[in-house]
Amino acid sequence: MYYSVSGFLNQRLLTGRGTLLSPTIPVGSIVISLCGLTVLAAESAVPSRAHQPPRVAEDCPRWKEPRIHVPLSRLRCEGRPVKTRVSRVACPQAGGAAGWRRDGAARPAHLARAAGGSGGSRLWGAAAGLRGRRLRGGQLPAGRAGPGRAEGAAPPGAGRRPRMAAAAAASPSRELTQNPLQKTWEPYDNGLPAGHSAQRGVCMTNCPTLIVMVGLPARGKTYISKKLTRYLNWIGVPTKEFNVGQYRRDLVKKYKSFEFFLPDNEEGLKIRKQCALAALNDVRQYLSEENGHVAVFDATNTTRERRETIYKFGEENGYKQVKLGSPDYVDCSNDEATEDFMKRIECYKNSYETLDETLDKDLSYIKIMDVGRSYLVNRVMDHIQSRIVYYLMNIHVTPRSIYLCRHGESELNLKGRIGGDPGLSVRGKEFAKSLAQFINEQNIKDLKVWTSQMKRTIQTAEALGVPYEQWKVLNEIDAGVCEEMTYEEIQENYPLEFALRDQDKYRYRYPKGESYEDLVQRLEPVIMELERQENVLVICHQAVMRCLLAYFLDKPAEQLPYLKCPLHTVLKLTPVAYGCKVESIFLNVEAVNTHRDKPENVGVDRSREEALRTVPNHL
Amino acid sequence: MWGRRRPQGRHRRDFISPEPAFLLESEFPGTNVGRRGRWTRKLCMTNCPTLIVMVGLPARGKTYISKKLTRYLNWIGVPTKEFNVGQYRRDLVKKYKSFEFFLPDNEEGLKIRKQCALAALNDVRQYLSEENGHVAVFDATNTTRERRETIYKFGEENGYKTFFVESVCVDPEVIAANIVQVKLGSPDYVDCSNDEATEDFMKRIECYKNSYETLDETLDKDLSYIKIMDVGRSYLVNRVMDHIQSRIVYYLMNIHVTPRSIYLCRHGESELNLKGRIGGDPGLSVRGKEFAKSLAQFINEQNIKDLKVWTSQMKRTIQTAEALGVPYEQWKVLNEIDAGVCEEMTYEEIQENYPLEFALRDQDKYRYRYPKGESYEDLVQRLEPVIMELERQENVLVICHQAVMRCLLAYFLDKPAEQLPYLKCPLHTVLKLTPVAYGCKVESIFLNVEAVNTHRDKPENVGVDRSREEALRTVPNHL
Repeated sequence: MYYSVSGFLNQRLLTGRGTLLSPTIPVGSIVISLCGLTVLAAESAVPSRAHQPPRVAEDCPRWKEPRIHVPLSRLRCEGRPVKTRVSRVACPQAGGAAGWRRDGAARPAHLARAAGGSGGSRLWGAAAGLRGRRLRGGQLPAGRAGPGRAEGAAPPGAGRRPRMAAAAAASPSRELTQNPLQKTWEPYDNGLPAGHSAQRGVCMTNCPTLIVMVGLPARGKTYISKKLTRYLNWIGVPTKEFNVGQYRRDLVKKYKSFEFFLPDNEEGLKIRKQCALAALNDVRQYLSEENGHVAVFDATNTTRERRETIYKFGEENGYKQVKLGSPDYVDCSNDEATEDFMKRIECYKNSYETLDETLDKDLSYIKIMDVGRSYLVNRVMDHIQSRIVYYLMNIHVTPRSIYLCRHGESELNLKGRIGGDPGLSVRGKEFAKSLAQFINEQNIKDLKVWTSQMKRTIQTAEALGVPYEQWKVLNEIDAGVCEEMTYEEIQENYPLEFALRDQDKYRYRYPKGESYEDLVQRLEPVIMELERQENVLVICHQAVMRCLLAYFLDKPAEQLPYLKCPLHTVLKLTPVAYGCKVESIFLNVEAVNTHRDKPENVGVDRSREEALRTVPNHL
Repeated sequence: MWGRRRPQGRHRRDFISPEPAFLLESEFPGTNVGRRGRWTRKLCMTNCPTLIVMVGLPARGKTYISKKLTRYLNWIGVPTKEFNVGQYRRDLVKKYKSFEFFLPDNEEGLKIRKQCALAALNDVRQYLSEENGHVAVFDATNTTRERRETIYKFGEENGYKTFFVESVCVDPEVIAANIVQVKLGSPDYVDCSNDEATEDFMKRIECYKNSYETLDETLDKDLSYIKIMDVGRSYLVNRVMDHIQSRIVYYLMNIHVTPRSIYLCRHGESELNLKGRIGGDPGLSVRGKEFAKSLAQFINEQNIKDLKVWTSQMKRTIQTAEALGVPYEQWKVLNEIDAGVCEEMTYEEIQENYPLEFALRDQDKYRYRYPKGESYEDLVQRLEPVIMELERQENVLVICHQAVMRCLLAYFLDKPAEQLPYLKCPLHTVLKLTPVAYGCKVESIFLNVEAVNTHRDKPENVGVDRSREEALRTVPNHL
C-alpha cells in the first residue's frame, strides 16, 4: 500500500512552479508518501490512469522508477511549505486485500490494527506497520481545495479537462473505500482511486471563471474584488484577486500626479498596458497551472476595446467570464477623493463606455448601480456565477458592527466535555448578565440577536431581555460518536480518530458527525444573511464562531480551526476600508479554557501523553 | 397552507428556520422562554407580508412564474397563495366569447375586469392580514403604471411590502410556444380550434400593447422589482428590500424553461432494509445490486442527453450509482434524514425504547424531530440548495433516500406538509418527472427487481398511551 499525493501537489510538481528541494523528482510525477514524512516514489500521472498501469517502485515488481526520498516537510512552493493531500491507495499487486476498506461500523482502533497486520508482507505500507504515518491535509496556499476537487490527480497536460469526464464503463473491480479523514465513500478501481465520482462542491465545472471589474476609479471595485475573493475562498472556491493598480505601484515606485493617467501620456499608457499584461499573465498562471478556480481582475476596464481584449484572452484560455460593473454611484465620498483623484477620474470619464444592454448582450455580466440600489444581470451561465451574483446582491456598505460571542460557560465546559446540550454553569449565567449590561451600554441601533437552537446559547440570550432568533444552522459542530466525551475519553476510545483530527482538523469529519469543512457549508446562509443585516449579535459556539470569524478576517483553512475564541469574550467586528477591525472585549467573568492547540506529535502512534499534552485544564 | 410555523404540541423540539423572521410566531417548548421573550418576539414581527405583483403582456409566462414561485415558497415554509385575476374573471363571466372583451373601449369588459381585480385584492387582504399568509402573488397583466400605483397604494395602506415581477419577452417563438402550451388548453378556448384560439389570443395581446408601460429604470426607481428579459437572458433588479425578496430574486434567476426530465429514485435495497432497520450506512443487498444493474440498463435505454447523476454521501446510493458507469456527484445534503438516537433501530425497537417519541412522531411526522436527529422540516431546509440546483440543471438522476425523495417529490408535485412524510417512494422504482404547462408529469417505473417494503403508514391510534400492537400495526414485513 502506498499513499498517493494527489491534486494540487502534482500540479505544482508537474509544472515545475514549486521549488522542489529534491531536483530528482521527474516532471510528470505523482509523489507517493509512505511512513509519514517521506516521499518514496514517483509515478507517472497520465490522464486515465485506469488504462495505463502505474509505474511501480521496487517493492512491487512493476515499479521501475527509482525511489526518491524527500521529506514532505521539505517541499517548498514559492517559499512556503507545501501541504499535501494524501489519500490511501492500495498497491496494485495487493489485489483487493490491502485497501483501506472500512465498514461504517468498524472501530478505528480495530481498523488500525487490522490495517497494520493484514495486507501481505509485500506491501510497503503494511510492512511499515503504518508507524509514523501522517495524513496531511491539502490546503492550497492561496485558499483551500474545494471538496469536489481534491481527489484524483490532475493530468499534467490536460490541465483542466473536467475530471469526471474520464469515466469509463463501470469495471467490476470498482469497490468503495471509506476515506478515514472525511468519512466519504470513494470508488477504487484496481486499488486506484477511480476518477468519476465527485463530492458536491461549490465549483462543479472545472472551467475556471475570470471576473473582470469594470468602473471608474473610486467606485468600490477593489472593495468588491476583495470581498468577493474572501467569500469565495471561504466557501471553498480557490480565488485570487489581481489588482492592476498594485502592479503599477510596484513598477513605478513613486506616483507623481494624475498626469500619469492622461489619455495622451504615452509613457503612462505604455506602463499601464504593461501592468495589465503582467496581471493577465499571472491570471493565466493562476487559473491554468495553479489550480485556481476564480480570478478577479481588478482594473478600470472602462473601454469596450479593453474588455474585448480580456474577453478574447479568456476565451483562448477557456475561462468563463463574468463582468462586474459598478458605474456611477453619484454620491462617491468627497472627503476621500482629493482633487488629484478627481482629475484622475476625469481622465477615464471621456473614454468610459458602460456595459450596454444591447452592445454587450452576449457577455455575462452584472452591473451594480448606486452601490446596490439596482442590478442588471445578464446571461448568468453556471452555478458559481449565480452564487456570485446572489452574494453581490446581498452585500451593502452601511456602517455597522457585528458582535460575535459564545454562550456562557456550560456545565459540560466545566467537565471538559465537548458537544452535548447542557445548560449554563453559575459563571455562565453571570456572563449572560454581564453581556446584557455590555449590550445595553453599547447602545446599539436596531440590534438583532441570533442564537443557535442549543440550550446554552438560548439561556445566554434570554438574559438580554431582547427579542432573538434561533437558527438551527448555528448549532455547534456535530462530534458524532465523540459527543459529550472528554478529550481523554476520545484518546482512549478512538486514538486513531483523535490523531487524524490533529493532522487535518479542518477536513476531519467525526464518525457520524461533521467536519469544519461541513460547518462552513452549513454556515453559508448565515454569512449571507449577516451581509444583508446591519448590527447583529451572534451568540454561538466555539467551532461555529471560528468559522464565522475566519470569514470576516480572511483566515485560511489551516488556521481556521485554531482561531482563539475564548468563553466570556465578545468580539466586535467593524468593517473598515477593505477589511474588518476586531475588538476583543473580555467581560470579566472567569471561565474555563476550552482551546486545545495542535499538539506537536500528530502521528497515529503517539503516546497518550503526547496526544493529551495540549488539553486545557478541567475538572 | 403548510409550512406555517404555528405553535403545535410538545413534540416540536424547537423551531427552526433559516428565515429568522418566520419563527417569531413559533413557540419554544422545552426551554424556559419567558413571557417577555415571547411577547417581544411577536413585537419583532418586522416581517410584514409581501405582495408580489406580476407585470407583463399575456402569454409572457406570468402564471407560470406565479405558480412556480408559490410552490417554492410554500415548500420552504413560507405560506404563500396565488391570486389569478383571470380565474376570477372566468368565475364571474362563465362564457368567454372573444378578444373583444379585452378591447380598451369595451366598457362592460373594463368594468368586469376592474371588479375582478378588486375582488382578488380583497382576497389578498383577507389572506395576508387575517389568514396568516406571508406572501401573496397577484397574477394579472398590470401593464399600466396607473394600475400598478393603485396596487402599490393598496399594499402601503395595509402594511405590505410590494415587489413587482415583470416578464418581458419579444421573441415571437417563445410567445407562440407559450400560447400552444398553456393557453390552448385554457377553459376560454374549449370550443375553438387551435388556430382560432391562437388568432383570438394574439388579438387579445394587441388589446394591451398600446397602453403597456414597462417598469422603467428612472420612472420606477423607487419601486422594488425584478424585470426578467427574454425568459432569463437578463434581469434588472431594483431595490431588493429584505430577506424574502432576495430569496425570490435568487430563485427567479435560477429557473429556466428548457424541456427536461428529472429522475428520482432510491438506492437499491440495503442490508438494513432487509432487517427492517432505519438509517445507518449499510451496503446493498443482493437484490439491491441487481436493481443497480437494472437501473444502468434503464438509463441506457432512455438515452438521455447530458444526464447528470447525483448521489448522497452514503454507501448505498454510491454503490447504486457505481453500477451506472457514468460520472456522478456526491452531495452530503442528500443524506438520509438523521434519526438521531433511533439510527439503525427497527420500529419494534423504537417502540420498545422510546414509545413516547414514537407516538409523537406519528402525531406530526413532518415537524417531529428525532432526539439528536432531524425532522422532515429540517430536511426540507437542508434540501433547498438541491432544489435550487435542480432548477438550474437540465436532465438529472437523483439517487437518494426515502425521506429525501419524499421532500423532493413534494416540491415538484406541490404536496402539503401533512402529506409529505407519507408519499409513496418504494424501492427499485424510478419516478420520471417532466415539467408540463404549470405542473409536472410523473411516470413511475418499477424496474422489476423485488424489494422489501419500507413504507409505514400512519397508524390509526397515535395517542401516547396506545398499546405496542397498535403502534406497530402498520410496520411493513421484514426479517
